[in-house]
Amino acid sequence: MVNQIKLVLRKEEGVQRMLNTKDKIFQNLHGFEEPFLEGALKRGSWSNTNEILSKNQNDVIEMVKSSQLRGRGGAGFSTGLKWSFMPKDTGKQHYLVVNADESEPGTCKDREIIRNDPHTLIEGCLIASYAIQATKCYIYIRGEYHFEYIQLEKAIAEAYEKGLIGKKACGSNFDFDLYVHRGAGAYICGEETALLESLEGKKGQPRLKPPFPAGVGLYGMPTTINNVESIAVVPTILRRGSDWFKKIGTENNTGTKVFCISGNVNKPCTIEEEMGIPLQELIEKHCDGVDGGWDNLKAIIPGGSSTPMLPKNVCETVRMNFDDLKAYGSGLGTAGVIVVNKNNDISEVIERFSHFYKHESCGQCTPCREGTGWMYRMMQKLVRGEISPEQIELLENVTKQIEGHTICALGDAAAWPIQGLIKNFKSELIEKYNKRNLKAS
Amino acid sequence: MSNHPGLSNTFSSTGEKFVWSKDSLNSIKMIISRYPKDRHQSAVMPLLYLAQEQNNNWISIECIETIAETLNMPKIRVTEVASFYSMYNTRPVGKNLVQVCRTSPCWLRGSNKITNTICKETKCQINETSGDNLFTVVEVECLGACSNGPMIQINNDFFEDLDEENTKIIIDNIKNGKPNKIGSQKGRRSSENA
Repeated sequence: MVNQIKLVLRKEEGVQRMLNTKDKIFQNLHGFEEPFLEGALKRGSWSNTNEILSKNQNDVIEMVKSSQLRGRGGAGFSTGLKWSFMPKDTGKQHYLVVNADESEPGTCKDREIIRNDPHTLIEGCLIASYAIQATKCYIYIRGEYHFEYIQLEKAIAEAYEKGLIGKKACGSNFDFDLYVHRGAGAYICGEETALLESLEGKKGQPRLKPPFPAGVGLYGMPTTINNVESIAVVPTILRRGSDWFKKIGTENNTGTKVFCISGNVNKPCTIEEEMGIPLQELIEKHCDGVDGGWDNLKAIIPGGSSTPMLPKNVCETVRMNFDDLKAYGSGLGTAGVIVVNKNNDISEVIERFSHFYKHESCGQCTPCREGTGWMYRMMQKLVRGEISPEQIELLENVTKQIEGHTICALGDAAAWPIQGLIKNFKSELIEKYNKRNLKAS
Repeated sequence: MSNHPGLSNTFSSTGEKFVWSKDSLNSIKMIISRYPKDRHQSAVMPLLYLAQEQNNNWISIECIETIAETLNMPKIRVTEVASFYSMYNTRPVGKNLVQVCRTSPCWLRGSNKITNTICKETKCQINETSGDNLFTVVEVECLGACSNGPMIQINNDFFEDLDEENTKIIIDNIKNGKPNKIGSQKGRRSSENA
């Protein structure tokens, strides 16, 4: 009842508004329509690509910049700004690389875009490549997505056949080639420089930065790496204008966002919504609420396994955008929302993440290689209630020594969930230890 | 206890040279053309997939030797890649490689029960191959279908929205040589709210 009142209040404040169907960028996110060219043309893809490609390249970048589109892969960096870092007229081969190595636990959004609306991505690749003067683009798709890979290859073949990509793409003067490269089961290849290593046929171990990929990227050439969703929304932004995109969401957190909700909800789903939708509303409206009711909620991990969890009271007020979640000490990440209710042991949720990071550490940096294993063993003990309050402090301390001391962010990503657990549920963890000791004595 | 076939660093030998099939040779030409002329090494991952497909779903020492020859690469560079990535199996696996997702989003929805059901129905422990060579069962990290958890992957196919009952049916169908419906087992098209 209380929750209902809150929702009503939000409506009156004018905060709550459902994303209009016509404002959805992915009209076929769930695959009820034809996914390939026939359907894509009906949905408006490829309708005036030629016109977009006749614009000045800087103007395209400026439009994306002014739409305030922020990267959808996790870091939330301005996509237009990233493109503007690419050097101009170098005479070198430039590359666009699309990161479709979607492996962050809780995230399954790019999968739906690729298998159900692949032409949004292909058209985006063409336009983005044009803007950064890249005549070649690789899409790096995770190996497990075999069906998605087949769908994508089929859509690319169609696009070549109709002259949408290839020589003089869409009748413009721009020659463009697009290839798909399959990963093979390594989470670390979602890190952009590890992805480049992998694409070059090596072990996927991240590179030191600088030099940044915009200067020295794939095969040593200027390269931009973007997430699938960031690229797939670009054609619609250019078609409908950056002002349209900016009207959705709030300043600096604009546009629509594909959220994937998993875990203890009644109806888990993937859904495109307005950026900044209140978290509780997202769960109540699209997932039929928490399994066992809202009061049975323990915590929510808002943006994929790496982001620290939010306790119930925060879940009731927070809005799902980059800045709000950051203010609460978490992040939007990939918008993979993992809901945990009171029927499950929250420490085991995090212990499983620790196992994941231990498994996925590439082994290059000592703090991560050794630390993820150590943290996992501590987390196992913590689940059993075997670690004392002092050791909990030690664990927290060690997470802070791993964080920021590795080449890439995997070390940080392994540390944050544990920090979030200790921050929010320390008293419970201590209680668990005390109870076990009491039993033992 | 043996480990996940994709995670072992020890490769086995078949004792026979691995020779590309005619189909594979055609594919190789096409694959290499996707990368710049002096960057053949980029083709190592697609070629490992190709070899694995031709070699009953695993990579032998001989596969590595042939790939190194084809791409003019040192053998160790190919070995390195084959052992780094978990989808290249370094020893023989059963006809159906059953991978159960164990990561939190699937676990929250009961992946433990799915694992137990599969182990019971296939008569395999985790990381083992069944006596009839029909199944190898492994537990894996997030497969990226979290809104459809719990889920498993059998060879290339995803099976989603599982419970103990429909999991048993899937395994039974494989045993009886019957086709399975891929994707959601509860009638969902993809990951829509339903």
